[in-house]
Amino acid sequence: MDSIAKLVLKRVGMGLVTLIVISLVFFVGVEALPGDLAEEILGQNALPETVEAFRKELKLDLPPHVRYFSWLGGFMKGDFGNSLANGRPIADLIGWRLSNTLFLALSAAAIAVPISIILGILAALYRNSLFDRAISMATLSTISFPEFFVAYILMALLSVQLIIFPSISNINDQMSLAEKLHAIFLPCLTLTLVVMAHMMRQTRAAIINILASPYIEMAKLKGLRRLRIIVLHAFPNALSPVINVVALNLAYLVVGAVIIEVVFVYPGLGQLLVDSVSKRDIPVVQASGLIFATVYITLNLAADVLSIVSNPRLRNPR
Amino acid sequence: MSKLKELEQLLAHGVITRREFIARVSALGLAAAVSPMLLPSPAQAASPKKGGRFRLGLAGGSTTDSLDPATITDMMLQVVNQGQLRNTLVEIDQKANPIPELAESWEATPDAKKWVFKLRKGVEFHNGKTMDADDVIYSINHHRGADTKSAAKGIIEAIEDIQKDGKDTVIFTLNGGNADFPYIMSDYHLTISPAGDKFVDGIGTGGYMLKDYEPGVRAFAVRNPNYFKADRAHFDEVETLSIPDVNARTNALKTGQIDAMNRCELKTVQFLKRTRGIQVMEQNGFKHYTFAMRCDTAPFNNVDVRLALKYAIDRKQMVKTILRGFGAIGNDHPISMANRYHAGDLPQRQFDPDKAKFHLKKSGVGNITFRLHAADAAFVGAVDAAVLYKEKAGSAGVDIEVVREPNDGYWSNVWLKKPWCAVFWGGRPTEDMMFSTAYAADASWNDTFWKNKRFNELLVAARAELDEKKRRNMYSEMQSIVRDDGGVVVPMFAADLSAATDKIGHGPLGANWEMDGFRCAERWWFM
Repeated sequence: MDSIAKLVLKRVGMGLVTLIVISLVFFVGVEALPGDLAEEILGQNALPETVEAFRKELKLDLPPHVRYFSWLGGFMKGDFGNSLANGRPIADLIGWRLSNTLFLALSAAAIAVPISIILGILAALYRNSLFDRAISMATLSTISFPEFFVAYILMALLSVQLIIFPSISNINDQMSLAEKLHAIFLPCLTLTLVVMAHMMRQTRAAIINILASPYIEMAKLKGLRRLRIIVLHAFPNALSPVINVVALNLAYLVVGAVIIEVVFVYPGLGQLLVDSVSKRDIPVVQASGLIFATVYITLNLAADVLSIVSNPRLRNPR
Repeated sequence: MSKLKELEQLLAHGVITRREFIARVSALGLAAAVSPMLLPSPAQAASPKKGGRFRLGLAGGSTTDSLDPATITDMMLQVVNQGQLRNTLVEIDQKANPIPELAESWEATPDAKKWVFKLRKGVEFHNGKTMDADDVIYSINHHRGADTKSAAKGIIEAIEDIQKDGKDTVIFTLNGGNADFPYIMSDYHLTISPAGDKFVDGIGTGGYMLKDYEPGVRAFAVRNPNYFKADRAHFDEVETLSIPDVNARTNALKTGQIDAMNRCELKTVQFLKRTRGIQVMEQNGFKHYTFAMRCDTAPFNNVDVRLALKYAIDRKQMVKTILRGFGAIGNDHPISMANRYHAGDLPQRQFDPDKAKFHLKKSGVGNITFRLHAADAAFVGAVDAAVLYKEKAGSAGVDIEVVREPNDGYWSNVWLKKPWCAVFWGGRPTEDMMFSTAYAADASWNDTFWKNKRFNELLVAARAELDEKKRRNMYSEMQSIVRDDGGVVVPMFAADLSAATDKIGHGPLGANWEMDGFRCAERWWFM
């Protein structure tokens, strides 16, 4: 276990360095875009004097490195600062949106992960059968369409034609959990369809890979049932790649839902990030970008730790 | 039915008279379908009913929005600010006339330099404070002075001084006469908040009080029981949702999750029109798209080059393909049919390859390629319009090269910088505002860098002229000068398309801004 603690510490340290680098990349990226917040907000109505007044008030007239380090200083102390565009505290802007994003991601994960793993196991079990081909085709088709297209198809069928689920997922605090789940059903289903193929195929491939090993041969010779071989003998050894691909897809569910959020008008972090980039509201871009980066780093770390824990050879290195 | 709606619009804007309207409606055999409000029959329209929750789904909201009227630039907050929470001194009615709102009356000195506004008495803000002259002065000064970051600074620059005379009178002194000053006071930035307000709570005098607001997501307001207009603000509650994606908006309306939406998609609006239970509304306002040439830069400093390019564009085709018929052709000046002094008798400029060739030859610039800069940030379909222009001009022997620019930073890097580019204009309710904003020699947004002596003299003279007839003549002449000498190609005026369930009742729509002049929540009702 000592080695795991060491690994976690090392990875957390590296993660922090990565975050700083990412914040720098974000800052430089947004700076490199043409125009600044004052010009973007005033748009066609910008007068040279008003743009100047805007910049002065928001300290946009300071050189970039001064602004970056003053932001970094605040951030180190846990102060996200205020949005430049409307002066609201960024913590307030992000807090409830992050919980919305996580709510959608977790709901989608709760459906997608078990289904894709079970389908993957079944596909391995009935390898090259009609069933295997059919689910491969189906999941690959849903992943191949752009996600907004899948979203519109679902909307046209389940919302406009059948009127079962709402076409916009407008959730707020007054709603009960059941009402919220009903409201987010369509985005949830869309995300599920989008991430399923990857996890399902990886599970199938990993198991089939293991099935070629001698100990599986042994199990077969013992006369064990095929289902038992796959679930109890092959699957535990295939866990490591499966955990990795699940972690990647969980990360995608959190950070990749931007388009889904727009299509279903879901108040998550994605829309905030898009609006802030287009208005050059750097502190908000930084904060939401760092949250996304943290999600990625944490999930990757979790995947590595779980892979080690699930694999005795890695757990007890010689 | 769309023909009928069109006639109603024309009537509302005073383009046709009531007599003409009835004659034309009868000719169409549609008299039975006409809203009874428009016909002089004893049966008056049922008076608006009160109650209900009005749910609006709007494009034009952003998470970076703020309730501060100085930085309001797009639909969601325009509708929330002016149509729900706050009022201006002056309202523009459905026929584009200024009518009293927070001001009870106003009058000007004969030179139109000094304007005295008498305020309505006993109007209360949502926080219980009674509105007086100090609040008005505070709110207007928010957009003036060296430190303001207001987008409205330019339009009220002419105000030299604001004084109060007692609690209920405000006197504006301008640096030059302006007969249209009341129109300026109807601008959506110039809403009145209580003195000392930080502009973040949405406190105003409006028909609805803000309960909950999250920028770029949702605004929720309830009816103000003390609203000073007894016959307005009929809903109990108004929920305004930001829905940037047009398909999401349309589906939300079709599935009954919202009651009204703005900016319908031109490609699919025909299908929406056929949907049961949905009404599509067309407002022909001031919005127009232009191709602005810098008259201070070769080759556009040559009037024959400008004329050649003006003759080389097919306006009808533009309206048909780019606007899908929802709009009107332009005549190379920015004054729309909805404006009071639109010069309808000015001959319409047509696509004319011979004249284009003639002027190009006369200009003596030889065989050159004109570079037209465009991006869809300029207006929806700007790049397509530029390509269409290029193709048609090619057949007239005029060589245009379309330069596609990035959407990001279009207004700071292309507009006012490149010699020829596509431009969006929301338009202005008065001729003077439009001309002073974008055509006056010293205007910061004179995007054609056009300096015509006669035009600028007329502009100042017409602004201070209180005599209707003289003004009309001056504005007609100015439209003709812009058309023949100016640096602007105005191919089209675009209509605003909005849609609502047919449970929503409304009168003739104001054309000054989208959604009934931003005032849908105040003017509409559930039938």
